[in-house]
Order: sequence, then structure tokens, then C-alpha cells
Amino acid sequence: MRMGRRIAATLKRTALHAGPTVLGIIVLDFLFLQLMPGDAADVIAIEAGAATAETMAMLRERFGLDQPIITQLGNFLSHLVQLDLGHSARFNASVLDIIMTRLPNTVLLMATALSLALLMGIVMGSVMAAWAGKWPDRLLSVVVLLLYSMPGFWVGLMAIVLFSVKLGWLPNDSNMTVGANYTGLAMIADRAVHLVLPALALASFFVAVYSRLVRASMLEVQRQDFMRTAQAKGLHPFFIQLRHALRNALIPVTTVAGMHLGNLLGGAVVVETLFGWPGMGRLALEAVLARDFAVLLGVLLLSSLLVIAANVVIDLLHAWLDPRIGET
Amino acid sequence: MSLLAVEGLTVAFPGNIAVREASFAIAPGETLALVGESGCGKSVTAFSVMRLLAPNARVTAGRILFDGIDLLAMTPAAMREIRGKQISLIQQEPMTSLNPVLSIGAQIAEVIRRHERVTRKAARARVVELLELVRIPDAARRIDDYPHNLSGGMRQRVMIAMAVACGPKLLIADEPTTALDVTTQSQVLDLLDDLRRRLGMAVLLITHDLGVVAQWADRICVMYAGRIVEQAAIGAFFTRPMHPYSRGLLGARVDVGADEHYSLNRLSEIPGSVGSAAGEAGCAFAPRCPLVVPGCRLAVPPLIAQGERAVACPVVI
Repeated sequence: MRMGRRIAATLKRTALHAGPTVLGIIVLDFLFLQLMPGDAADVIAIEAGAATAETMAMLRERFGLDQPIITQLGNFLSHLVQLDLGHSARFNASVLDIIMTRLPNTVLLMATALSLALLMGIVMGSVMAAWAGKWPDRLLSVVVLLLYSMPGFWVGLMAIVLFSVKLGWLPNDSNMTVGANYTGLAMIADRAVHLVLPALALASFFVAVYSRLVRASMLEVQRQDFMRTAQAKGLHPFFIQLRHALRNALIPVTTVAGMHLGNLLGGAVVVETLFGWPGMGRLALEAVLARDFAVLLGVLLLSSLLVIAANVVIDLLHAWLDPRIGET
Repeated sequence: MSLLAVEGLTVAFPGNIAVREASFAIAPGETLALVGESGCGKSVTAFSVMRLLAPNARVTAGRILFDGIDLLAMTPAAMREIRGKQISLIQQEPMTSLNPVLSIGAQIAEVIRRHERVTRKAARARVVELLELVRIPDAARRIDDYPHNLSGGMRQRVMIAMAVACGPKLLIADEPTTALDVTTQSQVLDLLDDLRRRLGMAVLLITHDLGVVAQWADRICVMYAGRIVEQAAIGAFFTRPMHPYSRGLLGARVDVGADEHYSLNRLSEIPGSVGSAAGEAGCAFAPRCPLVVPGCRLAVPPLIAQGERAVACPVVI
């Protein structure tokens, strides 16, 4: 079918771009990390309180830190080809294992936040466009402006103060009740409750961006000739907005959403730290503080793969929304 | 009884009156051409009939009787029953009047399923028939195409298929061929005329092309600056246009059939522009009129019936 061909074309294009992108990210990250003062041996020595020159040399030799930079890069890349991300000096475990315990949490947080941002943005933007210039539009414009101007971590802090501390409705730490050992539905419910605040904090800024975008593009679509054609068919105005206007208005929104994925992951570092969410963002921060470059490189690599994968999803969504895309 | 009777229609935009006291009627099965230059109120008149004016436009006076019922007094829900079923619309730009993200089949099926109780499958079969009716080759395969897969002429055929899908009594065609090249133009108009005969529709054809009018319309209404200045049957109009503006329009055509090559003759024009009479009392055409008398600038000349035709100019009567 035509749809299948379009999806295949989109996937092929993305795959062609993904390889060089990932390689470039790894090499650049590797070189930039060398600029950071100190290495894992230094941090271990500091934490131990004292270390002899021999111990330091031994540590460096064990982690391969005594090799020239170019050899280290070569080693890293050759291991990477075998899907081996190396060994963490800090956690004394395989980097891949460490990341794999964190990755699902980050994916869950990101996907929830992005869906939430899109959903709320579309609903709020549509409402604003439908009542443009009237009180619902003005009221929501103020809300949107507030969300737009407040940083996510502050929204998160205030949400913790209100919903966790004062009202006691929602938990603010970790991604599950530690030690409760729930199973089945209870576990899902427990996870969901823990997800609410971090996802909202992460989504807040993007809700503002998407509502404004949806409002503008919905208003733009109203002026198109095909809207009059749809009206001339005798269709109900609500149906026209849903089927004819919104679908066209969403095309620019998906484009922007794709570009925001990186920002979303950046925001996740802060939000994960704030809510004690055991995701990759917090792992990255820990790795930086411990100068554990193997873990850090692994996190950066997986993050870039994650952004690429999410972009594929967005591209597919884009191709589904707009039949003019993906045909060659 | 006429199918559509517009009586004293006045449409105002903020700070500007687009249509002033327009009255005309269309008999069942008839093609009436509404002619005038850009901005004279042709399209506004047509959109008023479907009640699809821009949100800032207001009908301030007049009635629009369709089958004896005043469309302007209808509830929005009742009006939606009429749109697409009794009265349908073809717009000027086939490039933008189809939704780019929906297949043409889906867009045509939409109007059928809105007005008739048919299954999805039956609607699809009807769409194929309609695409064949408007002479789209390989209709069964084309049905899943998107507007960007089709040429301008093809898209306009799709628009026509959509417009005639529910067998309307009146088809409003707002400059249906302006955006098309000349050969496609006559094919589309031939098709439209053929469908009008077969389906017994009346057509309100809005155009600024007198060649189109001469070939496809039964009667003509000439509009100038928001007013209807002349109404006549096609034969009478082209043999003896009465209003000075109509005469100017006919004079401004390139006379290809003449003995000499047309490029050797001077192309006559109407001096001035529509804006010339802005803010003045009296006949809006007076500043550009070769036959102007002092009385023209005092009061707006009414449309005076003279047998089969009517003209709004006391000087020529």
C-alpha cells in the first residue's frame, strides 16, 4: 500500500542519517571529555583521603587511562562495535548493565512528559483558537505565559511543596514505593502515582510552547479555502475543526516536537535529580561528578540513540499526518 | 416560480459595504452569470447565499429565498442540511480548496455520508461513479490519491464531483476556471454544462470572463461597485449592451475575429478605476462614464425593468 511505502521511505532516510550522527556525537563527546580536569583515579584518590603515586598509576593502568587519547578512543570504538560500552570504574560494573537499569525509567518519563505536553498543548491551543480574543483565550494565554516563563525545576519544587508536603497527595521521591514490593495492578498504580509530578514538571514548559503553536496554526488554517469547502458540505463545525483543521494544524507541531526531544532529555537531568528519579539524567550527573567517562560516554551514546529513535516516531507521525511527506 | 430569489441583499464589512441592494432570481435549470471586476461583490453575493461569509461580514438587509424559504432566517442546523445537499459550491482555487491531508475519495465520500444514510462501502462505490462522471480516468485507482497527486484541472473535476454528489438543485461556481489554463478551462465548463443538463441543476456562475458568459450562460447580471447595474438574456446583452459600464466591458475585449490582426488595433479601456467614485453620492460609475450628465452625481439610479431586461442608468433608457 501507499502508506507502507511512505513509512519505509521515512525509515530508510532516518537510518541513513542515524549512523554518521551517532559516530560524530561519540567522537566529539570523547574529545570534549578530555578537556575536563581530573579523571576517575583522582576522584577515587580524593575519596580515599590519600593515595601514593604507585596506587594512582596502578588505577590509571587498570582503567586504561595511561594510554594516549587516540588509543583510548580507538579502544572505545572497537569495543563499541561489539556492543561493549566498557567497564565503570566507579560502579565496578558493566556500563551497559548500569545504563539498562536506568534507560526504561528515562524513556517512561520522557514519553509520558512528551505525550502529556502534546495532549495538553493541543487541547489548550484548540480552545484558545476557538475562542480567540474572548475570555477563555485570554485566561489560558496567561496560564501559558506563566508556564512558559517558569523553569521546570521551579515548577517541580513548587509542586513538591504543594502536592507532597502540604497536601500529601503525591509522592516526590524515587519511581516507586521502596520496599513495598507491589505486583500487578498495584505496581502499575504505584509507578503511575510516582510519575505524575516529575512528568508534569518536565512537561510544563512544552505545554506552553505547543499550546501557542497549536493556537497560531489553528487560526491560520481557518483562513484556508478548504475550510469553506468543508462548510459548504454541510458538516458540523466541531467535526470540521477536528477532521479538517486540527490535522493540518498538527503538522508544524510535530516538526517542533521533534526538535524539542533533545531539550526534553536535557530537562530530564534536572527533573530526575529533583525527584530522585533513577533515570539516565541523574546517572549522567553522578558520572560527571565521579569523572567516570565510560559511563558518561555510554549515557551520551544511549541518549543520542534515544533522541534518534524518538525522532523516527515523530517522523512516522509526520508522514501519517501529511501525505505530501515521504513520497519520492 | 424561481428557484432562488435574492431580494435587496446588502452585505457590510466593517467600514465598507460590499453588496448594495442586490436583487436577482434564478429559475430551475438555468445558468445565471454574475459578472464584474475584482472586488465588485460577486463572491460576497455568492457566499451570502450559502451563508458562508467571513465572520466580520454582516447581511444588513434583504432576503434570500430558496424554494420560497428565506435562507437568512434559518437556524444553523437547518442551513447545514441545505449546504451540500440542495446548494453546493465550487471555489476558484482548486489548489487550495481541497484539504491537502485527506484523500480525494475521503473528501467526496464525506458529503455523501453527511446527507445520506449509506454504508462506507456504498459511499465508496458512489465516489468511483462520481469520479467517472467527471471524466477522471482510472477512477477506481485515483480515489485514494491526495490532492497533490492531481493537476489543477483534475482537482477542479474532483471539486465538481464533490459539489454534484448529492444532486443539488443549485450549484454556485465561483470563478471555477480562473486558475486553469485555457484548454482545461473549456473542458471543465463543458463538463459543468453537461452535468447541469443531466442533473437538472441551476448554476450561478461567477466570472469576470465575458467569453465564458457568452458560451455557457443563459442570463447575465453585471455588477459594479456592489450594485447590479444590468440584467439581460445573453443574446440581448451581447447584441446590445445598455449600461455604459457593460458597453465598456464589451469594448475592452480583444476582437480576434476582426479582419485585421487584433494586435494592430488599439485595445480600448474604461478610464479610471473602481475607486474613483469612493465616498461620492450618485452613480458609482459616473466618474468613468462617457455619457455622464450632471444628474448622475445626485442620486443612485435605480435598476429599471424594461421587458426581459433591466438596467440602472436613466441616460440610456
